[in-house]
Amino acid sequence: MAIWLTENSKIIVQGMTGGEGTKHTRRMLASGAKVVGGVNARKAGTTHEGLPVFGTVKEAMEATGADVSVVFVPPKFTKDAVKEAIDAEIPLCVVITEGVPVHDSTEFWAYAVEKGNKTRIIGPNCPGIASPGASNAGIIPADITTAGRIGLVSKSGTLTYQLMYELRDFGFSTAVGIGGDPVIGTTHIDALQAFQEDPDTDAIVMIGEIGGDAEERAAAYIEQHVSKPVVAYVAGFTAPEGKTMGHAGAIVSGSAGTAQAKKEALEKVGVRVGKTPSETARLMREIMQAR
Amino acid sequence: MDLFEHQAKELFADYGIPVPRGIVAHTVEEVRSAAEELTGRVVVKAQVKTGGRGKAGGVKVADDAADAVAKAEAILGMDIKGHTVHKVLVEEASAIAEEYYFSFLLDRANRTFLAICSASGGMDIEEVAHTSPEKVAKVPVSALTGIDRAKAREIAVAGGLPEKALDGAAELIEKLWCCFVDEDATLVEVNPMILSADGQVKALDGKVTLDDNAGFRQTDHEALADKAAEDPLEAKAKEKDLNYVKLDGNVGIIGNGAGLVMSTLDVVAYAGEAFPGKPSPANFLDIGGGASAEVMAAGLEIILSDPSVKSIFVNVFGGITACDAVANGIVSAFKLLESRGEAVTHPLVVRLDGNNAQLGRQILADAALPRVELVDTMDEAAKRAAELAAVGA
Repeated sequence: MAIWLTENSKIIVQGMTGGEGTKHTRRMLASGAKVVGGVNARKAGTTHEGLPVFGTVKEAMEATGADVSVVFVPPKFTKDAVKEAIDAEIPLCVVITEGVPVHDSTEFWAYAVEKGNKTRIIGPNCPGIASPGASNAGIIPADITTAGRIGLVSKSGTLTYQLMYELRDFGFSTAVGIGGDPVIGTTHIDALQAFQEDPDTDAIVMIGEIGGDAEERAAAYIEQHVSKPVVAYVAGFTAPEGKTMGHAGAIVSGSAGTAQAKKEALEKVGVRVGKTPSETARLMREIMQAR
Repeated sequence: MDLFEHQAKELFADYGIPVPRGIVAHTVEEVRSAAEELTGRVVVKAQVKTGGRGKAGGVKVADDAADAVAKAEAILGMDIKGHTVHKVLVEEASAIAEEYYFSFLLDRANRTFLAICSASGGMDIEEVAHTSPEKVAKVPVSALTGIDRAKAREIAVAGGLPEKALDGAAELIEKLWCCFVDEDATLVEVNPMILSADGQVKALDGKVTLDDNAGFRQTDHEALADKAAEDPLEAKAKEKDLNYVKLDGNVGIIGNGAGLVMSTLDVVAYAGEAFPGKPSPANFLDIGGGASAEVMAAGLEIILSDPSVKSIFVNVFGGITACDAVANGIVSAFKLLESRGEAVTHPLVVRLDGNNAQLGRQILADAALPRVELVDTMDEAAKRAAELAAVGA
């Protein structure tokens, strides 16, 4: 078992016929994920990478039974693509696209809420979700780790890969890259809750970075609701104030949102916070070895 | 991107929001002619992208043109929280009856927009929000339904604005919402929003932050960028589409992925504490998932043109791009730079981990590049890069 994405998940790719869509559809297929088709209104009825291309998400779902969509369309079309997925009530929509205007993500989030939150959105600007050995929806490299009992939730892509790799001997139930944008569909808290409830996850790695107060809110949630051990890492201790470091969310302005504030909030509720990614992996290793 | 006050007000004026008449001046001579053109009492306001200008002495009222010149002499060139004042806004002085606060912004925690309104505007709004939160109305605004005149009025009432200001405030708030949405802003703030002696509601100040991700549909925003204030290396990196931020240290950093690079900065800074002169990162540079030879060469070139760099740390995790491709990228980058007569002379510490890491390390070992050292782990590599910077310093 895993959270949100299992070996039975059937994946469609919105924007499959584009460069990134094509490349990652191939990679997902190679990793054993059940990709069953793509969506592109202008190429409906054709096949691509041996898979059928549909005009809409709804048609693709009806024809294939798909329950996961991965979005690779360019930023200017992302809002409409996600709203289409919401209209089709697909259970999971993973938005990989980077550079989506925040007015657009705020709008599709409001739209999802208005439609009753029937679609879980992950992202935008995220690497996706992988349940090693079972399925892979997005761009997380499948072969850097193994199936196991650690759950991981992270704002950052490459740090996710780093931890998955360092802990490959223990392996992961599911790794979720929630993305570093200011407005995202799935939060640290959503993932913590799902991992807490997942019988096949024993411990959780949480990776945060400067900006916003998501880690502080996650700390408050952990104190109340999470009994499984949590190890955390926060990037950006030495980032200067007021400079954006690549992720739109990673901007420090004033005292709130600093890595130090996040670390303190997490440690206060008993979460062990690693000083470097490798130390974080060591902390998790100790927990898993003690089991 | 943050705008200067005068840019924010020009934008407000485009949306029909009442703002005082004003002229931007870069020299005292320009201040004189601006004050003469405006006639009467004027306000000379430092144009810097930071708050607390008033308290720092960057905003002064002047009785006439001669007084404006005297005030401007003190303000031009002044330092406000690390920002040098290169220009001022000379504005007609407004007869202020009351000062309010208003803003639209993104509420990240609740994933919605937020209107903040208070009858207690002016310089101490943060203090008011802290000590008397009941005086500051925070009203969520849906991205789907937005703001109409009635909703705008509701917010003004919630903020405790008096009856006499409601019509004017509602109109201003509605127009400000149009500006917020149409310009893809993540913040529009008016503090103070004033009721003038003649009963008009006006924006006396303006702060606007625009979303850089919306550049594809906001093509006129690029012209608002403050090119003069850009670090020359950052500007050069931008031309090459590199995600580069100049920092104060001497260890050049190249990595893939914003989170990993941010983490690299931390690890290098920690490692540097143990060495003389405490070496620290000279920059943030994320070459993205691809890490091709061209991008690697462009990145190395930017870092090598930074005179403060003493050593370079290339920290790559092979995920989507395997490490052998990254290693080939480094080898080609060295050749490319050498062929341009810009051979790499700094020590370079490389840490490759992840997919095909062994193969990547082998490629680098076989290439026997001068001054390139391979270190297995990120922590050890950071230590070595810091050590080399300390020796070279």
